[in-house]
Amino acid sequence: MTTNAAPAQTSAPRTSLLRSDAAQRFMAFGALILMFIIFSLLSPYFLTGSNISGILIATAVNGILAIGVTFVIITSGIDLSVGTVMTLTTVMMGKVVTDWGMPIPIGLLAGIVTGLAAGFVNGFLITKAKLPPFIATLGMLNVARGLSLVISNVKPIYFDENPAFNQIAMGVFIDLSRFIPGLVINNAVLILFGAAILASLILSKTVLGRYTFALGSNEEAARLSGVNVHRWKIAVYMLTGFFSALAGIVMASRINSAQPSLGQGYELDAIAAAVIGGTSLSGGEGSILGTVIGAFLISTLSNGLKILSVPPEWQIVVTGLIVWLAVWLDIIRRRK
Amino acid sequence: MSDSPGSPDLLVRMEGIDKTFPGVHALDQARFELRPGEIHALVGENGAGKSTLMKILGGVYSKDAGRIVIKGQEVTIPNPRAAQGLGISMIHQELNLMPHLTIAQNIFIGREPRAGLPFWLNERGVNEAANKLFDLMHLKLDPRMKVSDLTVAKQQMVEIAKALSFNSSVLIMDEPTAALTDTEIAELFRIVRSLRESGVGVVHISHRLEELKQISDRITVMRDGRTIDTVNTADVTLDKIISMMVGRTIYESKPELPEKPSQDVVLEARNLNRGAVLKDVSFQLKRGEILGFAGLVGAGRTEVARAIFGADPLDSGEIYINGKKASIKSPSDAVRSGIAYLSEDRKRYGLALKMDVETNVALAAFRKFLGVLGWVNTAGTKAMATKYVEALAIKTPSISQKVQNLSGGNQQKVIIGKWLTADTDILIFDEPTRGIDVGAKSEIYRLLNDLAQQGKSIIMISSELPEVLRMSHRVIVMCEGRITGELSAAEADQERIMTYATMRSQSVIANGSENPPTPAATGV
Repeated sequence: MTTNAAPAQTSAPRTSLLRSDAAQRFMAFGALILMFIIFSLLSPYFLTGSNISGILIATAVNGILAIGVTFVIITSGIDLSVGTVMTLTTVMMGKVVTDWGMPIPIGLLAGIVTGLAAGFVNGFLITKAKLPPFIATLGMLNVARGLSLVISNVKPIYFDENPAFNQIAMGVFIDLSRFIPGLVINNAVLILFGAAILASLILSKTVLGRYTFALGSNEEAARLSGVNVHRWKIAVYMLTGFFSALAGIVMASRINSAQPSLGQGYELDAIAAAVIGGTSLSGGEGSILGTVIGAFLISTLSNGLKILSVPPEWQIVVTGLIVWLAVWLDIIRRRK
Repeated sequence: MSDSPGSPDLLVRMEGIDKTFPGVHALDQARFELRPGEIHALVGENGAGKSTLMKILGGVYSKDAGRIVIKGQEVTIPNPRAAQGLGISMIHQELNLMPHLTIAQNIFIGREPRAGLPFWLNERGVNEAANKLFDLMHLKLDPRMKVSDLTVAKQQMVEIAKALSFNSSVLIMDEPTAALTDTEIAELFRIVRSLRESGVGVVHISHRLEELKQISDRITVMRDGRTIDTVNTADVTLDKIISMMVGRTIYESKPELPEKPSQDVVLEARNLNRGAVLKDVSFQLKRGEILGFAGLVGAGRTEVARAIFGADPLDSGEIYINGKKASIKSPSDAVRSGIAYLSEDRKRYGLALKMDVETNVALAAFRKFLGVLGWVNTAGTKAMATKYVEALAIKTPSISQKVQNLSGGNQQKVIIGKWLTADTDILIFDEPTRGIDVGAKSEIYRLLNDLAQQGKSIIMISSELPEVLRMSHRVIVMCEGRITGELSAAEADQERIMTYATMRSQSVIANGSENPPTPAATGV
């Protein structure tokens, strides 16, 4: 009479490859390779040294921004202000270096402090004033954009008097053109890879990285475990601000100027790169490697389409489609 | 901590603890004591205040009034971290783990071993510490596994390991056995007993009364936010504890129920199964009947309602409406079949709070009021709203009053009006009087009786036993996803219901599994 029903579904650990977050990274990497093959077949110019150099340098700014935004997305937050905060940091550098004639390192420091400060304000509004991250950083997007215009008097600031400034990003440490004609690795690319390594270490080896995942996985559990949730969340947004400043350094140096009206729209490319690379918008999952692959995927796509003479407006449409595809695949992957 | 178990030195003394949440006086002069080296059970009905009291001790909630004395020192516990600092660990009822992190990372979150540099993690150290902990507990777990890949029972073990890792002198466990099998419970109790040996004071909140006999030294009973008494486990019987738990002194007599319902079966559920939350649930609902669903929190009552309403997918099982098999895949299918579900969380699921009474009444049946080009027939909706404001005695200045300005009882009536407008025959009420004051309660009761008399069929899920007893023609009792008993109005009393509601799966009277069409029938 007694129904000794053994629990019917002792749900065995389902660790299929498809469920792991490495799957999306793997897919993104596969897509990147596929794209290389297709574009090489369609255009003889695609796989040349100078074009590869072009793709590399074109990825630098968006890649660094995307690395920064990956952290907040893993906490299940979002940062819409990374693009305009980057612009604000370039304007601050221009102000300090060109207008005030201070040495370049002071200028770089001013940029980084600006990025950290913007991140702090974002984090403060989100934790203490309890604004949703979307709103807090949407506000910051506009505040930073407006401040850039105010501080620069709506005029670009040039670094022409400091030729060394341009070398930060455009200098060449590694010249491979002897082996492959046209292939040079600009310092901007080294900065991107350096940022990626730094970010990977922070994410996987430090307390900050651990709490980044913890916040996105179950913030209440982290709080009940005694983690100072507010302080660490502010730290994460400041880290994102730091990477925005780093992207600002590369940007300003590359175009040898601070362009106050530039920067809006960059946040969307950065978020797209993170998502394509397998960072989950619902938090708790993501990797720097994935994000960097995502950033390369976006710039390779736009480079290839450009070579094939597809109008730039269509390139934007295609980027949108890729984001849809990536998120949809992510949802499919998660469903079962 | 070197005190002998019988030592009068108390680990914890809480007295005069008061706590009010909006609309609920959760704790009223509650008190509690814990000695070192004892396992102290804390029992009471749903809403008696057990969890709230312990969450105050664990730093999750702050008290409004009262004193907490830990090892002779009066303390304030503003947050969970402060509680940990005082040697108090708490395992919460709802698991509090981070699914994306590994077992070891979860255990040591917030106090990770560092490797030289200030922010640098010592990952190997974390895993080794976790392994040491598991050795102590005789557990076989790989600390590098992700928590999302563990079964619920294993996750529970991780929670316990985490609590132990604090070397706490006070361990609070809120329903730790709810999701565990017998072997796992034995394992847990072995660990808890060894903690007692080492002088830890363990607070064990549980609804499973028979296990308290096995494990606890003393029992404190709470009811309605008050501490009724603390007794030695050896000195009392289970019956005595149950009567302390439910013993309301002022107890309304049973009003005469509306006349016997007819024998037409309007709704029949056959062998509903969903994961671990619903197991072979079968029952019938008759025309004009109020069928009470009793059980403790997590027994699966709301899950039955949601399954019938199409809100959660079933693994297997069939639903018949008026004898015909119904395919209900979504709430809109259910509404079309004439089923309404009135959620316990009215504000979230039941009402458009910022809209007026008229709109809310018409909300589920706007189709009836649509004219040409989708124009809403406002004369129709006004007439309907006016009708129900009168019929249900909804206290509102006008039908254009925003629903958020009405009292809880009147909001509930608006929802009832909404489903009456939609002409539903089967109404499922989930905690119909939660958060409603006493006066309005009896009005809701009268309304339910009227509805039944008019031939509507009602399922009433309620955690308040007096309410179930007063209102139901029949009572179905659930425990752990199963129907453990069915009682007629004449048979039902608080003790019987509590006995069924705490019945462990092993002692369940087999029902329905061999002959699916008959619902759980016990006598009459």
